[in-house]
Amino acid sequence: MLAVMAMISGFGLGSMYGLLALGFSLTYTASNTVNFAQGSAMMLGAVLCYTFAVTLEWNILSSISLTLLLCAVWGLLVERFTVRPFVRHGSPAWLMATLALGIVLENAVLFTFGKEPRSLPSPLTAQPLSIAGLGVYPLQIVIPVVGLLVALGLQLVFRHTLRGKAWLAVVQNPDAAQLMGINVTGMIAAAYALSTVFAGGAGMLIAPLFNVSSDMGTLFGIKAFAVAILGGITSAWGVMLAGCAYGVLEALITALFGSSYTHVVTFTLVIIALACMPHGLLGRAGVNKV
Amino acid sequence: MVRARAMRTAELWCLVTSVLLGVPAASVWAAEPIKVGLVAALSGQSAKSGEAITRGLTIAIDEINTRGGLLGGRQLTLIRRDDESNPSKGQIAARELIFKEKVAALFGGIDSPVSLAIVPLVNKEKVPFMGVWAAATPITRNGANPNFVFRVSAVDELVDKALVQYAVKKYGAKRPAMMLINNPWGESNEKGLTAAIASAQLETAGIEKFEGNDADMVPQLLRLKAAQADVIFLVATVAPGAQVMKGLERLEWTVPVVSHWGISGGRFPELAGKGAQHVEFIQTYSFFGSQSAVGQKVLAALQAKYPDIKGPGDVTPPVGVANAYDAMHLIALAIGQAGSTDGEKIRQGLYAIETYDGLIKTYHRPFSPDNHDALNENDYVMVHYVGEQIEPLAK
Repeated sequence: MLAVMAMISGFGLGSMYGLLALGFSLTYTASNTVNFAQGSAMMLGAVLCYTFAVTLEWNILSSISLTLLLCAVWGLLVERFTVRPFVRHGSPAWLMATLALGIVLENAVLFTFGKEPRSLPSPLTAQPLSIAGLGVYPLQIVIPVVGLLVALGLQLVFRHTLRGKAWLAVVQNPDAAQLMGINVTGMIAAAYALSTVFAGGAGMLIAPLFNVSSDMGTLFGIKAFAVAILGGITSAWGVMLAGCAYGVLEALITALFGSSYTHVVTFTLVIIALACMPHGLLGRAGVNKV
Repeated sequence: MVRARAMRTAELWCLVTSVLLGVPAASVWAAEPIKVGLVAALSGQSAKSGEAITRGLTIAIDEINTRGGLLGGRQLTLIRRDDESNPSKGQIAARELIFKEKVAALFGGIDSPVSLAIVPLVNKEKVPFMGVWAAATPITRNGANPNFVFRVSAVDELVDKALVQYAVKKYGAKRPAMMLINNPWGESNEKGLTAAIASAQLETAGIEKFEGNDADMVPQLLRLKAAQADVIFLVATVAPGAQVMKGLERLEWTVPVVSHWGISGGRFPELAGKGAQHVEFIQTYSFFGSQSAVGQKVLAALQAKYPDIKGPGDVTPPVGVANAYDAMHLIALAIGQAGSTDGEKIRQGLYAIETYDGLIKTYHRPFSPDNHDALNENDYVMVHYVGEQIEPLAK
């Protein structure tokens, strides 16, 4: 019973990691780059939504819509100023640049929003539902559903739509894709915009269960990246599956062995899993055709 | 050495200035304020604690300055620095206040890890450091000789005894458990609670830890529930403390939670929701109920100076205000005894204080070479949140 309850709790937390990690998957699939400011983008979503919905008392739908729009704009800025200039010159400095931009954003929010954590109220966390003796907020059911739908959507787009195939073509051979009339720059920028929209959405979904603060995305961002690698970063399904598995594993280890062993055992198992499956749970080795 | 040279240079300039202006040197010194520093969380989840300490110090300083200041008319000035609850930032701020601002004494904030980081510095530089909130036992009992660290606040070791006694008396606790933040403050309380539980001849149901940023405490709580814990001792700051209460709500587990005071320094009721009302925690003072003459005077001064304070419930958190108020007066008495702002003389001055009729209590020889803590377990009160106000529990 203890294990079942821990698994239910861990699944809810793990799906949050998975949802955030989908952003990593998207940009990597489209451009072979990763936005290390993804955790900060998640925080940005939560902070903007709090500001619009609570501080300014705007309608919740308008607040969510504007937040997602601004997150998309933020993604375009990240790509334009911290990724494109470096990728163009074949430099891996985008890695440091995105990380640095995330820190800049966190500090900017610290000065404007304040560092004091705030609570984002939601009707979906007002009353827990009882599942196997454990109270589960409706929001904890919504998060994995959203995550799985997003993963399904991405999989369908990449496999069955022209635009998705164009995205895959961009990452396999940008020059050839350009010659085929694909707007490579636009496709990569769109991937970044969409990934930060996912992150902002994840921030808004997670905030009522956690809190809203300038540093809320740091730990989530790190764990989400670990999850993205574990799942096989090019596979949306793999990333979502890894997120849920990671959350369940973390909760099970804590419940069965105690919190002192959580990080040691969890990360050891992650290393063993990657040693056995170097491309992640559902990832595939890249093939270079010559 | 550097400080002594700086003092000699300042004295020389003072003398030259007084000769040139034709005024006695003593009156020039009289105009120079005595600086005291505060290193505390002025932003972040514990920002309210820093504000409370500031208010307590300010009310005391206003009283002292209105009475004519210290050392022949020198006014007291408070210089504040934000440690952001970060030990490294706290140490940098303390260095700046000691070396640049040349404060006569330093006051500390809510975070034990920050105070523990400052302790070696103040002992090396011989600057009196007065803790007014952080409760980790090794802050004052740090093994240094001479020891420049004093405290008008709770001490973990004594708080832990008081919490265990309270849990036994009110809930008949037999298998208490601990939920501890994973930092030096949590470790300090793990030792204290383990010893207190053992001396009460109880059995510990379990000890679980969490990080300050953890989002879900349910797995730890599940473990304690399975171990049939009948009371939880909570040692946490505001945000993780709130997550613990949300976890209990999800488990529908109505186990009594008896907490240290880390949850009282910020927006705990907002973050924890309904669960905030179920925690009982410790404080050193409450502005509710019958007040002494000093209590009435301080409350009136707070209401006059801060428009947001309409009554005792608005002095939040009260412990920061009360501890800081008494601590400032004790430092002022020590400076008076010392007759100077020299660190070693102030330290001796603190030992020499006979009686001080303070806000929390009347202090009789509050400090001695063997005891640098002015408060003990007889000075604690148990409180709880009613809405956003902290009110005492009926005894």
